Amino acid sequence: MNPDAVNDIAARHPDAFRRSLWKRYATPIGILLCILYTFYCSWFFSVASVLEKANWNLAGAYLADWVSYEIRPDIEFKDNHLTIDYSRFSKLGSNPNPDWVAKQMAVIERQVEAAPAPAIATNKSSQDSFMAPGAPTAENPAVPLGQSPPAVPETVRENAVMAATVTLGNGQIAVTPNLVTVTRGAESVFFDIAKGSSVTPRTPLPDWIEQRRPGSTAYVSFGFLGRAEVQNDEVVAWRRFFGWANFVFDTNSPFWGKPFSEVASLIVSGARIDPSRSNAALAWDNILNNAEWQHGDVWLKLLQTIVMAFVGTVLASIVAFPLAFLAARNVTPSRLANQVTKRFFDFLRSVDMLIWALFFTRGFGPGPLAGMSAIFFTDTGTLGKLYSEALENIDDKQREGIRSVGATPAMVQRYGVLPQVLPVFLSQSLYFWESNTRSATIIGAVGAGGIGLKLWEAMRTNTNWANVFYMVLLILLVVFVFDNISSYFRRKLMGSAGNDERRVSARPPAAQIA
Amino acid sequence: MSATDVCRAPALSPEGATVERHWHDLAARRRLYTIGGLVFLFLALSGSLWFANETNAGKFFDRLPYVADFFAELKPRDWIDPVRALFDLPSPYDDGSLKFDYPEGRVYLTQGIYIPEYFHRMVETLNIALFSTLVGATFGFLLCFFAAGNITASRWLRFFTRRFLEIVRAFPEIVIAGFFLAIFSLGPIPAIIAVSIHTVGALGKMFFEVVENADMKPEEGLRAVGANWVERVWFGIVPQVLPNFMSYFLLRFEINVRASTILGAVGAGGIGESLRLSIGRSHEAKTIAIVFLLFCTIVAVDQFSAWLRHRLVGRQAFAYGRGE
Repeated sequence: MNPDAVNDIAARHPDAFRRSLWKRYATPIGILLCILYTFYCSWFFSVASVLEKANWNLAGAYLADWVSYEIRPDIEFKDNHLTIDYSRFSKLGSNPNPDWVAKQMAVIERQVEAAPAPAIATNKSSQDSFMAPGAPTAENPAVPLGQSPPAVPETVRENAVMAATVTLGNGQIAVTPNLVTVTRGAESVFFDIAKGSSVTPRTPLPDWIEQRRPGSTAYVSFGFLGRAEVQNDEVVAWRRFFGWANFVFDTNSPFWGKPFSEVASLIVSGARIDPSRSNAALAWDNILNNAEWQHGDVWLKLLQTIVMAFVGTVLASIVAFPLAFLAARNVTPSRLANQVTKRFFDFLRSVDMLIWALFFTRGFGPGPLAGMSAIFFTDTGTLGKLYSEALENIDDKQREGIRSVGATPAMVQRYGVLPQVLPVFLSQSLYFWESNTRSATIIGAVGAGGIGLKLWEAMRTNTNWANVFYMVLLILLVVFVFDNISSYFRRKLMGSAGNDERRVSARPPAAQIA
Repeated sequence: MSATDVCRAPALSPEGATVERHWHDLAARRRLYTIGGLVFLFLALSGSLWFANETNAGKFFDRLPYVADFFAELKPRDWIDPVRALFDLPSPYDDGSLKFDYPEGRVYLTQGIYIPEYFHRMVETLNIALFSTLVGATFGFLLCFFAAGNITASRWLRFFTRRFLEIVRAFPEIVIAGFFLAIFSLGPIPAIIAVSIHTVGALGKMFFEVVENADMKPEEGLRAVGANWVERVWFGIVPQVLPNFMSYFLLRFEINVRASTILGAVGAGGIGESLRLSIGRSHEAKTIAIVFLLFCTIVAVDQFSAWLRHRLVGRQAFAYGRGE
């Protein structure tokens, strides 16, 4: 190709070679605008300071909580011995004695001041909160500290813990009443404990131990395996275990801690544990009322969410159906009726689902009725709009044909219009059913029923991330199943209409694809 | 029924009679399915309604008379009061309570000029929506080419990109927001992160479907002259899909305005939070002002986006599902 030919082509296609300035620089200008807007937003939301203040250590711990749990032995220094406690509702049951906490026992003599505080009986979990079993409630208040009987000093001889060793993977914490040895890998650090006043390391601290002031609490990190705090009156260790603790049976259940085969044989052929009902019924009841996971309640709330989406969508379809005929220009010749109905749809749609949800939560009280009504109101608007658009796009020939043989107006709609639009209507309703299952989760959090609120409460406690993950998995499962059901039916419906040459757009408007 | 009589005429040949019988069988089966489906739907609906009513805090028929009460309670002291609430003007009913403290929330730009509180909150919500749509679209844009069958040859890469987009899309926004609320404390950043992450999945999916429907001839031409992968995508594919991408971006922006309002109501700032508080505390004038502002904004955003989409992609903006 010689220069003449090139010039010739350039002369024939000026728009391709000499584009306007705007066209030539549209991409860099667009990118520049986006970058400027990003700067504006980072100023507007003060992103830098928020990111700086964020607690990133917490993020790691919370994320780890999704799939693991911690057990916390508390080793307290007494005058010449130690006591080991576990948190009151430990995942190890009421009398934990794990093999990763080694104890050295000896018989000692000591003065005791008072009888030990009475143990608080644990009760069945409350149904609608994440409160731990046996936590102080109105019926079962915690015993106030001042109520123990008057102190009578006496000397007792008892078997007490002299030294304890907590093993966390390759780390170890050896505790004696005045010396704590912390080992991670090959490194060891010795802490001298002056009970009640100070914690003093004998050697400079490695980077996995932090002490903010000399003599104060030392924070020891063992990575994912756990952490520990060496305080001047106790050593607290957190050991992390992978998995979900007590997922099937909680520690109050007679089936707790038993291997699967034993549970199975108990259920099938074991003697009745509770004489009033069979073991299978007892096991099922224990699973449903699992205090830590609350399976029964979670499933109930999930069902509410599903029901909210289902009823909301079905009712919205039923109401939108006749109104759409009224709104369609080519079906109802009255301009006024068209416009009024269409503006009504717009109103329902534009008052956000959130506003409807808040209104109806005030009206009906928290629960699925509120969420259902919110979905119903919003979707009547959206479906009505889509239905009327589908009606306005129909093929007129079929209607004319039916009319030409002398059918009544109702018959024209039934045989001339409905067969064309029904698959589209159904497919759109199915799509919204599926998408509402997702939105129902979110509006639940403002009190409109369903799993949203439970999820939100579990998150706000900051200690139940495993429960959150459990619910997320259930939601994902439900969304996945409904996705497939809905797209199966939609494919079937559209498959039969797919042969029409002039087919009405069946896909939901992307505006609603969430 | 007259049509059936005509068909039953004795003139029908044996073959014709067979066809006729089959047609009747088919029609009967179809009718059976329809009736069965409707009965099933009816049972499911009434069961669901009963269940919802049982598990609700207030029962439907007990509460129904009071639903209207709530709307009656929404009536402000006078009809100018919502306007005062909207523009942060002092109210004559101000008794020092939270209910009438309209001037409290003014955001002063200079000594005399201020932005009314709810307008500022609305701008915050719009910024959350726009910024997270931008972030989501950027990542969605980068990822979509790896998910498109006509651009990325590696099945594994495609598989993982698609699954990633799917998971990110289906993951409830509220959980992401709640998680980041725990780390960042209250504020709009958790909402931005949550909406952005969801947008990556949603837009990534729409984008890669557009890319898969793109005309491959420009790409072939570029391949023939030895362009590398990036050049082929940038010069062959991007120019033809960009209008559709922009259109989906705008649609997503509309959805995200709503999503960020809802997330605001659960503690992530913006107008949603103001709305929840004012409804919860029965501040009627404030509620009306916010609902009005929100309504107008959503209508304006929808109209603007529809207009722009119409300009970008013409009729296609209103007929999705084309190019299938």
